[in-house]
Amino acid sequence: MSFKLRRSSQVALLSFAILASMGAGDEESRFQSLGHEMMCICGCGQILLECNHVGCRYSDRMRSELVAGLDRGENDQLILQAFVQKYGTTVIAAPTRTGFNRLAWIMPFLALILGLVTSALIIRAWKERAAPAASARAGPSLTQNELDDFRRQAREETKL
Amino acid sequence: MSEIGSFSLLLALALSAYSLLAGIAALTYVGPQAERLGETARRAGIATFAAVLMAALVLVTAAFSDDFSIAYIFHHSNRDLSAPYKFATLWSGQEGSLLFWSLLLAGYGLVLRLRHKTDQRLFAYASVIIAAVQLFFLLLLNFAAHPFAVVEGQLAADGNGLNPLLQYPEMVIHPPMLYLGYVGFTVPFAFALSALIMRYPGEKWIHITRRWTMVTWGFLTIGIFLGAHWAYSVLGWGGYWGWDPVENASLMPWLTGTAFLHSVMMQEKRGMLKIWNMWLIFTTFMLCILGTLLTRSGIISSVHAFAQSSIGSWFAWFLAFTLAVCVGFFVVNKRHLESEHRLESLVSRESSFVFNNLLFVLACFTVLWGTWFPKLSEWVENTKVTVGPPFYNSVAVPVALLLLLLTAVGPLLAWRKTSLESLKRNFLWPSLGAFAVGVVMIVFGVRPWGQISYFYSFVAALLAALVIFTVLSEFVRGGRVIAGHTGQNLWLSMVQLWHRNTRRYGGYVVHFGVALVMIGILGTPFNQEAEKELGYGDKLNIGKYTLVCRSYTQDDKPNYSSEWAVIDVYQRDQLAGAPLETMYPERRFYKASQQSQTLPQIRPHFTNPLVVTDLYLVYEGINQDTGRPIIKAHLNPMVSSIWLGLLVMIFGTVIALVPNASAVRAIAPARVEAVPLGAGD
Repeated sequence: MSFKLRRSSQVALLSFAILASMGAGDEESRFQSLGHEMMCICGCGQILLECNHVGCRYSDRMRSELVAGLDRGENDQLILQAFVQKYGTTVIAAPTRTGFNRLAWIMPFLALILGLVTSALIIRAWKERAAPAASARAGPSLTQNELDDFRRQAREETKL
Repeated sequence: MSEIGSFSLLLALALSAYSLLAGIAALTYVGPQAERLGETARRAGIATFAAVLMAALVLVTAAFSDDFSIAYIFHHSNRDLSAPYKFATLWSGQEGSLLFWSLLLAGYGLVLRLRHKTDQRLFAYASVIIAAVQLFFLLLLNFAAHPFAVVEGQLAADGNGLNPLLQYPEMVIHPPMLYLGYVGFTVPFAFALSALIMRYPGEKWIHITRRWTMVTWGFLTIGIFLGAHWAYSVLGWGGYWGWDPVENASLMPWLTGTAFLHSVMMQEKRGMLKIWNMWLIFTTFMLCILGTLLTRSGIISSVHAFAQSSIGSWFAWFLAFTLAVCVGFFVVNKRHLESEHRLESLVSRESSFVFNNLLFVLACFTVLWGTWFPKLSEWVENTKVTVGPPFYNSVAVPVALLLLLLTAVGPLLAWRKTSLESLKRNFLWPSLGAFAVGVVMIVFGVRPWGQISYFYSFVAALLAALVIFTVLSEFVRGGRVIAGHTGQNLWLSMVQLWHRNTRRYGGYVVHFGVALVMIGILGTPFNQEAEKELGYGDKLNIGKYTLVCRSYTQDDKPNYSSEWAVIDVYQRDQLAGAPLETMYPERRFYKASQQSQTLPQIRPHFTNPLVVTDLYLVYEGINQDTGRPIIKAHLNPMVSSIWLGLLVMIFGTVIALVPNASAVRAIAPARVEAVPLGAGD
């Protein structure tokens, strides 16, 4: 990898990290963020801040507990941990990034990488197979220049 | 009445069993009687439709006549239910929906068997496979989920009523559309398996099934979007997609079905991807069955798995049997599917289809993985986890963006090879257009560097704009060529262009619709919400609006009682003068089921010249502690674009189904040679 390319990648990565981390921090956004990382456990299957069941015995209480945690100045991890201890692991709306749960996050990206590599290899194999066949079909009377001329003519005639 | 229904189901079972067995016998044995035997099998298949239709009619009649001696009617209907919902009782519960599934399958089978002269032997095979699937559903109906089971003991004066969530006009349309999609994939599956079994020469079976697949895909698309619209309009949480396992179950076959619609063109044009296409359609069918298994078995917990019972094991066995049959015939006949894969250039339509298929299948895998992971975690670690929206939004959004990129790029690539020159020429204007959209968004206050979700939205908007400009440029470029040769105006020329290759240009219109849908989805990070107890004259501020509670009122109807708020909407803090409008969010209490249900009111507003925002009000009910009503308000930008996108997608699908007109004579000779430059689908 050339120096320029490596440096460009580093700059891009850094910019992305800055972009991703900007805007975090104030209490309301933390409330929104944490409230959307947890589920209401009343059985509605909805994100905590989206549960709108009147008379829901859980969502109001859980929201109050979340606000209380933020008021106490606890960090996000501590607040989530307290909810898990009280309501169980299903209160977190997505698998954690530890232990076996890490697999949930890895698999889709692993599949993407494997798929991309496989597709690229397949396409390359098809391309390599095509080269001799194409020249055989063209025959001695049809050179690459002639083919290019035909293509140019077709473009001009169709204006495409 | 239940006896007539039960008898019809038994008759249908016998007929479908005969259709299957006689069909197999006719195809297996060569002899003078084979043809006549095959004909009786075909007619038995047709008669199956009549018998299942009779059973469905009996159930609907029982709903309309309030025959609560039938347990199904007792559990899913009541006397005061309005006529459309009484009709919808047919698919509102486990047994009825299975009967409805069976009816639709018999209907598809009827059409297939009536059109058998297209290719008698291929259709005979397909008919046998459909009879096998039909037999499974009829076994289920007769022995595991009987819709005509009678109530034992004294009859109740009234039924339990229909689930309040289902008492909404769209629920009369949404399930039939979804089922037409699910069931419809049986037909291309039957043709694909038939072609494999009989080592069908050439690609004719693809041509035969193309329309079936497109129609089925169209129904599934409508079904999914109607479900999303129903969730948005009824559930009252301000969203339309919750990544619930049941929603995922409908999305998975849609993703593989969409992949199939693209990759099948590779087989038609180039004879490539035969094995891939075969397995794509097998997988799509099996995902439909898997979806049904998920919805009805209770294996995966879901809010709206509307019926749970032991029939899950039936579906699991059926799925395993289907997989075994597909694998078995594939192993035996796979040599028949071998094809010469050649690619002249990496920059070609073929390459884009390969990556497009990869991404669709990957998206399907991601949804499947997320849906099953809680179960997997329970098996492996004995720990329950939730896989909810944060997971899917993190994992699926990048894949969706890549797909959107390919949607923009793919149509500009030619079959076989695309020259750099044409690539530059074709991309120039769409890219400039997308760039201009990005600039306008920043000018109007969008800050993609604020949060990662804003960044995703910004990129999605650029890509959606690129798709739209690509589609428009394709129409304009092609239209200009025709206008140049015929002297017609550009609009007429573009219509003529579409008519010359309806599938290609219909597909572009579908792409346009997809871009609109994406624009609707990308508004999500900018949603706002507010909630407050509102007494008379109290105010609630949200975005540019101030909501003032004018009054509350009540009504009583035979089926439900309702109360609703009367809310005046003003520009923020401009309360002098008339309100912009008055809204009436409602809450109903259904008497028969003793359940309550919110009915949000949604009004779209232009919040700036480019953005339509839904003002979404929910009357959540009375706070028991304070005795005051609670109103929740959402501002959801661009959601209307999703429903508009659906309409455009339907329109595109319909025009793609129109047969092609013959080529314009004046330019036909030139077009024949123009393959590398964007011709073809």
